[in-house]
Amino acid sequence: MTNLEKYTQIFTTVFEIEESKLKDLEYQGIKAWDSVGHMSLISEIEDCFDIMLDTDDIIELSTFEKGKEILKKYDIEI
Amino acid sequence: MFFNKQDKNAFAAIQDNGECITYNQLKEASQSMSGQIPKRSLVFSLCENSIGSLVGYTSFLDNQIVPLLLDSGLDQELLAHLIEVYQPGYLWVSDQKKADLLKQHPEYHQTLEAYNYTLLKTTYEPSPLYEDLALLLTTSGSTGSPKLVRQSYKNIQSNAEAIVEYLEITDRERPITTLPMNYTYGLSIINSHLYKGATILLSNKGLMQKEFWTFFKKEEATSFGGVPYTYEMLKRLRFFRMDLPSLKTMTQAGGKLSPELHKEFAQYAQEHQKRFYVMYGQTEATARMSYLPYKDSLRKYGSMGIAIPGGKFSLIDVDEKEITEPEITGELVYQGPNVTLGYAEEREDLAKGDENNGILTTGDMAKRDKDGYYYIVGRKKRFIKIFGNRVNLDETERMLKTAFEDMECACSGVDDKMKIYITDETKKEIVKKYVSEKTGIHFSAFDVKHISEIPKNEAGKTLYIKLEETVNALID
Repeated sequence: MTNLEKYTQIFTTVFEIEESKLKDLEYQGIKAWDSVGHMSLISEIEDCFDIMLDTDDIIELSTFEKGKEILKKYDIEI
Repeated sequence: MFFNKQDKNAFAAIQDNGECITYNQLKEASQSMSGQIPKRSLVFSLCENSIGSLVGYTSFLDNQIVPLLLDSGLDQELLAHLIEVYQPGYLWVSDQKKADLLKQHPEYHQTLEAYNYTLLKTTYEPSPLYEDLALLLTTSGSTGSPKLVRQSYKNIQSNAEAIVEYLEITDRERPITTLPMNYTYGLSIINSHLYKGATILLSNKGLMQKEFWTFFKKEEATSFGGVPYTYEMLKRLRFFRMDLPSLKTMTQAGGKLSPELHKEFAQYAQEHQKRFYVMYGQTEATARMSYLPYKDSLRKYGSMGIAIPGGKFSLIDVDEKEITEPEITGELVYQGPNVTLGYAEEREDLAKGDENNGILTTGDMAKRDKDGYYYIVGRKKRFIKIFGNRVNLDETERMLKTAFEDMECACSGVDDKMKIYITDETKKEIVKKYVSEKTGIHFSAFDVKHISEIPKNEAGKTLYIKLEETVNALID
């Protein structure tokens, strides 16, 4: 699986949402992405890519697209 | 209680959009409310952490108007049901909510607007309210149960005074909101700080949002409160590495924090010259009943501490005899001026007087160590806490049985994880979605499992222990 596929699958699984809706997805844009959903998202991303995100990155990861940029800082190319 | 000793020109609240309000303005808002709405009216206040919501609350209390505090995001059907049961004369709603409500109820009309909130008058006739009744709160807000707790003026004042005393609150405090205002613990933070003339930092943003932390740092928050789940989130946020020089105090209530997490936060607080208080409370006791003094936080981690000033605990065995020996588990009983008047389940109950007489049998099982510190060990009643919200298991069952008539169901579980057993395998997803939508709680907190038959006794009562055994046997 490519990094993009892994990254996409984390979102579709954690939020139980279709892939087509991810493009414009943002924090609190759907019910499932609340603080609880955010915690699950972060822990899945950290486990999957074997990284530890900094506080600033955890709170800035507020859209599907933004997450890709943040992961670059951890040398994960998506 | 909010307009006596406070400095008139001090800020009572600052909102994250930059708006603020002084104690003097808060008082003026209360005065303009008094001409608009008769004393002893019943109001449903749809709360959020905003100045408008706060203004409503303090004005109602100041004018002897009785509000029921509800979450602004409460499911519409559940709200409609509560309105039908209690027939409030007025609703206090944010301007965003107003349009929806007026569309559904063209018979309501606007009487007053202030700070982006509006007072709507319904067509219901007033009914008698007990003279000392000050405030109504829900017991299990998320399931929309009409069971309410009735709090008196004395309850609110005595609990605020006790909290001020043991937390040593001064007018220099700047607590930031992390909990809803309609939630007893969130409200107790507001009450105790306004009482001392402090400045509340109001935000609807959560810990997982950048805006929250920007506001926190800009306005130099000095304290916050959190439920166990808040502290789990903080740990994941690498809170221990954050630089928050303005922060002095952290409090925890709303369920039992795991002893490990308690220890970690106590350790952090000690090393960084901050105070960490673990506390215990219930809506039935206005808000708080115990606190663990911050100096004991590390030494006694896992404990909920001692009774608040003016309160007293005891433990009783199954025969209701008092337990005097240490380390023996019994049901926790609390006595104090903050024990509320009782419950209401229908409109007529709002006229009832004090039914508890200052004594509350908590439904929690606890023990006391030889130094007199208390520890919660379990729960007698059928409810769990999910992310700090009390969710009654029987009420959830009833809600599901009404919505899904052709299937049987039973609910059990532990804090932060409800197990729902259903007899129709095809409904697993839809049940999960339904219960999450109705309660407003994230779906990951619900584990829906299929079972061919719900075990029951001859009287038709669900056998929950057998249910767990049956399911565990299937998994093994």
